[in-house]
Amino acid sequence: MSAWRQLTHGLRGLTRRTAVDRDVRDEVDHYLEQAVAALVARGVPPEEARRTVRLELGTAALVCEQARDYGWDRLVGAALGDLRYALRQLRATPGFTAVVVLTLALGIGATTAIFSAVNPILFEPLPYPQPAGLAMISDFGPAGLPQDVTFGTFLELVERSRSFEAMAVVKPWQPTMVADLEPERLTGQRVSAGYFRALGVPPMLGRDFQPSDDRLDGPRVVILSHALWTRRLGADAATVGREVTLDDRSFLVIGVMPPGFENVLAASAEVWAPLQYSTSLMPDGREWGHHLKMIGRLRPNAGLGQGRRELDAIARDPRPEFPRVPWASLQQGLVVSSLQHEVTRAVRPALLAMLGAVLLVLGIACVNVTNLLLARGVRRRGEFAMRAALGAGRARLTRQVLTESVLLAAIGGALGMLVAEAGVRALVALSPPGLPRVGAIRLDGTVFAFGLAVTTVIGVLVGAIPAGHASRGDLQAALQQGSRRSAGGHQLTRGALVVAEVALALVLLVSAGLLLRSIGRLFAVDAGFDASRLLTMQVQGSGRRLDTDAARYRFFSQALDEVRRLPGVTAAALTSQLPLSGDMDGYGVHLEAERELNDVSSALRYAVTPSYLETMRIPLRRGRVLDARDIAGAPRAALINEALAKRLFRDRDPIGQPLRFGPDEGPPYTIVGVTGNVKQTSLAIQNEDAIYVAVPQWHWVDNVMSLVIRTQGDAAALAPAARQAIWSVDKNQAIVRVATMDSLLARSEADRRFALILFEAFGLVALVLAATGIYGVLSGSVSERTREIGVRAALGASRAAILTLVARQALTLTGLGMLVGLTGAFVASEAIVTLLFGVSRLDPVTYGAVVALLLTVAILASAIPAWRAARVDPAITLRAE
Amino acid sequence: MDDPTTDVIQGTLDMLILKTLSLEPMHGFGIARRIEQISRGVFKVNPGSLLTAFQRLERDGLLDAEWRQTEKSRRAKFYTLSRAGRKRLEADTADWTRRAAAVARLLKAEA
Repeated sequence: MSAWRQLTHGLRGLTRRTAVDRDVRDEVDHYLEQAVAALVARGVPPEEARRTVRLELGTAALVCEQARDYGWDRLVGAALGDLRYALRQLRATPGFTAVVVLTLALGIGATTAIFSAVNPILFEPLPYPQPAGLAMISDFGPAGLPQDVTFGTFLELVERSRSFEAMAVVKPWQPTMVADLEPERLTGQRVSAGYFRALGVPPMLGRDFQPSDDRLDGPRVVILSHALWTRRLGADAATVGREVTLDDRSFLVIGVMPPGFENVLAASAEVWAPLQYSTSLMPDGREWGHHLKMIGRLRPNAGLGQGRRELDAIARDPRPEFPRVPWASLQQGLVVSSLQHEVTRAVRPALLAMLGAVLLVLGIACVNVTNLLLARGVRRRGEFAMRAALGAGRARLTRQVLTESVLLAAIGGALGMLVAEAGVRALVALSPPGLPRVGAIRLDGTVFAFGLAVTTVIGVLVGAIPAGHASRGDLQAALQQGSRRSAGGHQLTRGALVVAEVALALVLLVSAGLLLRSIGRLFAVDAGFDASRLLTMQVQGSGRRLDTDAARYRFFSQALDEVRRLPGVTAAALTSQLPLSGDMDGYGVHLEAERELNDVSSALRYAVTPSYLETMRIPLRRGRVLDARDIAGAPRAALINEALAKRLFRDRDPIGQPLRFGPDEGPPYTIVGVTGNVKQTSLAIQNEDAIYVAVPQWHWVDNVMSLVIRTQGDAAALAPAARQAIWSVDKNQAIVRVATMDSLLARSEADRRFALILFEAFGLVALVLAATGIYGVLSGSVSERTREIGVRAALGASRAAILTLVARQALTLTGLGMLVGLTGAFVASEAIVTLLFGVSRLDPVTYGAVVALLLTVAILASAIPAWRAARVDPAITLRAE
Repeated sequence: MDDPTTDVIQGTLDMLILKTLSLEPMHGFGIARRIEQISRGVFKVNPGSLLTAFQRLERDGLLDAEWRQTEKSRRAKFYTLSRAGRKRLEADTADWTRRAAAVARLLKAEA
């Protein structure tokens, strides 16, 4: 009841102020009349009675003032009053308001957008039940780096481990779905039966994989993603139990995953089938290939440390009932890390660097706004002094200033959300292909809450210093301030703000500069082939008609011939893997003489058609290229790259040496030539060992090959014709990843480029903000010192001397800021060191260029105020008092 | 201070208002005069505090207020004790008596 009355009375107080005020007034009047009447009744003359009452009880207005000062609505009313006043103030200075609001909108918007990307990727747990219990398990490769596990290792660990309740292995799978339209190559995964149980997400429709599905020659069953089910099958619940055609074979659909299911190991996967590997583990089978990603779910009471210790103990304790092969002996132990960490490891440095960069921008924006508010506070000093003289307390003045800054921040924040919305779209569009959990980047409740929190903190932060200045001032001095005689202590504060601004901008610009130089260095790296006018596409040779090696080879050869016949094609070739495309396909290699050694290292395998080197323009260093001689049944020939030649033979001649490569069957390869090194993974990575063999001389014919076409004109323009040429051979084969080599090259460095674009954008914003900040402070200080300058001029100071006076102030502040900033940049560059390539994080060129740039900007920003100061007319200034 | 009247003891104004109104509905000045009379001029009530207290008590549901027309056809606000107000008065009275007695005993013991 009383809460209800509080509410209704309070609301009435807010909405019907005049009626409520009249009630109070009536009550007070009545009270005082009664008091007078009482005195009159005791015989006091009316005039005397009224005087007594006024003396003892106060005037009606005073009593009303006291009586009205009750209730929560009073506080709200006062706050609304502050707000209305603040709005009026802001409307009165539209230029100032616009600059502040835009600055804040940029800062808050950019920060919110970056946060929306960083939060789901780095901080939010993975979208599975009990995500902390999910681990990723890897083997150690020859170089001591983690590598994928083998099926044999997986089987042994499943049998022997106790701290994991579920384990699963997956490998990529790209089946082609042929429907009425063009064949569509899907991204999918082959998984062991327990995959979805390990993740903890069951299918929405139908059933999960059972162990009985996952055996050699088991049933052909698939589970579909919700997106694929909706896109290709019309979201029909009756799909479960029907068959779909993948790679010319029919698969029974047994389940559909729920719409929100996020598959962090392969975000674009839309179809899953059982792995169906043989448990008999023949040493030369695929079961011992390092190509499976392995995840495990820990038992609820087992931590990551326990899982790690247990698997390590198992790895170092081989048992006869679980035979191992030399290249999966687990002698170096196993790597057990949290799945979350593994999924985000590659992008973590870039994202953290971006978060740091955007916080710098936000910091600069705040410093700028604080500066502007301070300058405005100085102009309004007379107003505040007047209010204080009329009885406004310090708290009241502080509240007014804070209301204004929070209001500014709120408007800036609201606009900032629009900026963030656009920013998130740009981020997703620009994001490098390897960015995990892109789907989770959006503006949601968490992000809005973050934006709100940032806005509030900023509102208070940027208002705090001006509020302190406004309420502190000496009344007497301030009221006389019409003459602007006093240049206050706020000069120091504002100087400090400029120093901070220059320092922050320098940190950001140095980071951006280092990244820019890295990208420049990177693209100057020789990829080992000529990327210009080179069109690439991946062709699939799948389906029942292409079931044999011979049939696949025939299809690929015919397709290649058709492409070669196209006008505008100067050369064309096929390769099993394409440089800088994300392909990664290596096999164990060793000299025939060292066959018995357990030390196995791997080399990249390129199964190519003879004209590959010529098409790619990869130089031949010695020996001969692969040619028409190297067919099935002929002596096996191999080309090795310089890196491998150097590692295996040092100064000896490798030509004619026998070499074991890949599965241990048949005769060894003979090295017939040495080629130049080619960058496979990334321009930034050291040369990797590589071996080229002719397609018919490899142990099998791959069913996915990349076509490379050297063109006379624009490479991209040839794509439709090339596609038609291939389809003229077999129209059921999917063609994907059509791209020019130039674009692949650019994309291979997408992470760095992404970071660079953001840093450049932020750096530019920081530069503009710093310039306006320096300008704002100097022009403010010049107009405050007009009188002083006038006096100097009157006393004979030359224009040059006055110019120097102002410029010296600018340069002192900038110089101090740079000193602080250089220290900051020195520390901050440590954070982006993994993104750098070929430049030291202390690269003097970058630091020098940034210092020069900032100095130039500082000089330009101080030029206008200095010029104005030099033109001060002493007669006018001095008379102005 | 030679003025024998004092301000109402902090915190007791509410109780005094409730007590006064327990006799009959009254308007503001009536309540003030009654408090002064019954306390024999010991308590002098400030109208600002009194009116604020009325608003507080009314919002707390202890008083009901009603605008009436006086004989001189002026609008006057009359206050009535509500059921909750009566309960509060009983509780406050008991509490006050207990405290006052305790304080009195203490003062006596010291003397």
